[in-house]
Amino acid sequence: MSIRLFLPRDAAAVAVGADKVAKRLSLEIAARGLDVTLTRTGSRGLFWLEPMLEVETSAGRIAYGPVTAADIPALLDGGLLTGGHHEKRLGRPEEITFLAKQNRLTFVRCGIVDPFSLDDYRAAGGLKGLEKAVSAGPTGIIEEVTKSGLRGRGGAGFPTGIKWKTVADTAAPRKFIVCNADEGDSGTFADRMLLEGDPFCLIEGMIIAGIAVGATKGYVYIRSEYPDAVDVFTAAVEIAGQAGLLGSSVLGSSHAFEIEVRTGAGAYVCGEETALLESIEGKRGQVRAKPPLPAHKGLFGMPTVINNLISLATVPVILDKGGAFYADFGLGRSRGTMPIQIAGNVKHGGLFEAAFGLTLGEIINDIGGGTLSGRPVKAVQAGGPLGAYFPPHLFDTPYDYEAFAARDGLIGHGGLVVFDDTVDMASMARFAMEFCAIESCGKCTPCRIGSTRGVEVVDRITAGIEPEKNLTVLTDLCQTMKFGSLCALGGFTPYPVMSALTHYPDDFAPRAPRAAAAE
Amino acid sequence: MPGFEPWNKELAQDIITSGAKIEGATLPILHALQEVFGHVPEESLPMLAHALNVSRAEVHGVVTFYHDFREKPAGRHVLKLCRAEACQSVGGNELAERTKARLGIDFGETTPDGKLTLEATYCLGLCACAPAALMDGQVVGRLDDAGVAELLAEAR
Repeated sequence: MSIRLFLPRDAAAVAVGADKVAKRLSLEIAARGLDVTLTRTGSRGLFWLEPMLEVETSAGRIAYGPVTAADIPALLDGGLLTGGHHEKRLGRPEEITFLAKQNRLTFVRCGIVDPFSLDDYRAAGGLKGLEKAVSAGPTGIIEEVTKSGLRGRGGAGFPTGIKWKTVADTAAPRKFIVCNADEGDSGTFADRMLLEGDPFCLIEGMIIAGIAVGATKGYVYIRSEYPDAVDVFTAAVEIAGQAGLLGSSVLGSSHAFEIEVRTGAGAYVCGEETALLESIEGKRGQVRAKPPLPAHKGLFGMPTVINNLISLATVPVILDKGGAFYADFGLGRSRGTMPIQIAGNVKHGGLFEAAFGLTLGEIINDIGGGTLSGRPVKAVQAGGPLGAYFPPHLFDTPYDYEAFAARDGLIGHGGLVVFDDTVDMASMARFAMEFCAIESCGKCTPCRIGSTRGVEVVDRITAGIEPEKNLTVLTDLCQTMKFGSLCALGGFTPYPVMSALTHYPDDFAPRAPRAAAAE
Repeated sequence: MPGFEPWNKELAQDIITSGAKIEGATLPILHALQEVFGHVPEESLPMLAHALNVSRAEVHGVVTFYHDFREKPAGRHVLKLCRAEACQSVGGNELAERTKARLGIDFGETTPDGKLTLEATYCLGLCACAPAALMDGQVVGRLDDAGVAELLAEAR
């Protein structure tokens, strides 16, 4: 039997040379006449070790990394094919501390299976959730999802079971399942990894949602900044259709379900659920006023379940193992696991799926290993460009929805961006306002006008123009945006601005004198 | 990077007619037009409005709302540099400034020889191997000055 090698085709692995490694590997395998097959997988999410090459041995898989194309001849000369010694040998991936400490439920297959193989998917536990869902029926499904305590992983944290029940209870000629894969937050990549590494998991989750609420059509809205994810997922939908997983009779049942992939066009605000619906309808991505809720009147005016990708991709494991199993993880009202994405200036960046409850300090220092630059951590932005900056003295904050909210922050979609002590927090506050100005949909005044005024006010403060007066103006402006904006873009931009101002007031001192003082 | 078609009304009409069969067809059609012509030609907008039974103003509103859609063709190559926070945390701003200086252009501009368009993007999901960029749709991580030089040398 031929020897099996595995190498990610995940965009982040490709970005650091995985395709070059694959090319060299194929050339060497052919030149040496070896009986070896190379499978391209998703990534396990240990990005400082990518490209991570794995070989299947009798003792399980053995990983090597980070591998370069130039390493390949020596790896083959040495013991790669038997899992033998090489300076880049990492041992069994499951035993690498970063992975060993995780509870992988949603990402259990990501980085292991061939994303285009339904056989691999089934062999690794896929479709069990759907099979149980088919026999449980709509009421049974919603009961399990509610019992699991699953909350929206896009950031708002709304209970998924309640959302589904609302759509199920609303009578309409058509209903839709919409997957929000418009993952625009800096520091997040969980959606992208799952789309590229385990696309059938999302397909399965969406079918289950369809059965639960009586919808037969699903849309997946993927941002255009993820061209690889769009390609992989589109191909997976095609494969699922041919295999009868999607179509008029899902797995031979009486349920029909089809999925259409839609690509965004570079508008961050389309990650907001109602703007996303407008965008699918072919309009400007402008936020809708609520009510009506999308659950009552969503896509094309029909009742719509719009969920974050991670929420939907977590449904199969909940149905397979039961709501109670999932709810056993976590603490307080934050049940289950969260794929935490550790990014930015960090030594061990990647995807860390764990039960809620670790402290921020444990995640950044123990798991992330501190900064990449080796300098002290100054700030961690949690939850993307609309999330607060946390200073090290708040590192005892437990990772859960309520604990972060109590510290004037949010966990958002699970991104954490680490900054070392060279960062200037006034310029980060300015950037938050600038980003909001660039991405504002323009529908409400606090966001559209406030963001531009915000940039100007920060500039005046750092230029030393009436700083005290302008700090008052900035605080007042943030209050207006927070309480007066229609959606989270304008409403949450104050989080990074105010947290920067609260925790790093010295950074807002006028520029010129500060530069002089530093010399 | 593939070459683009010059303006061709029949071709545009084909794209619009075949795309208009789905619900909410506007964005998929605009993407398809840009893929073929390298931008969304102004001439195609009234055709699109007619096919979708909406006003020209409405189509104009949609095209101009989304950052992706270009009014005129880009250079032969497009380099998108990520400007978001994770890339900033590892020197993305400084790298962007040096790249702009090297090329002599700002974000949203094309070099005078038409070789390269530089664009800002906000997050490519490569935040654990930043700074990140997209060169003609190919992802690049841990980008530094040498990496930029290599990308520019490969671009003809």
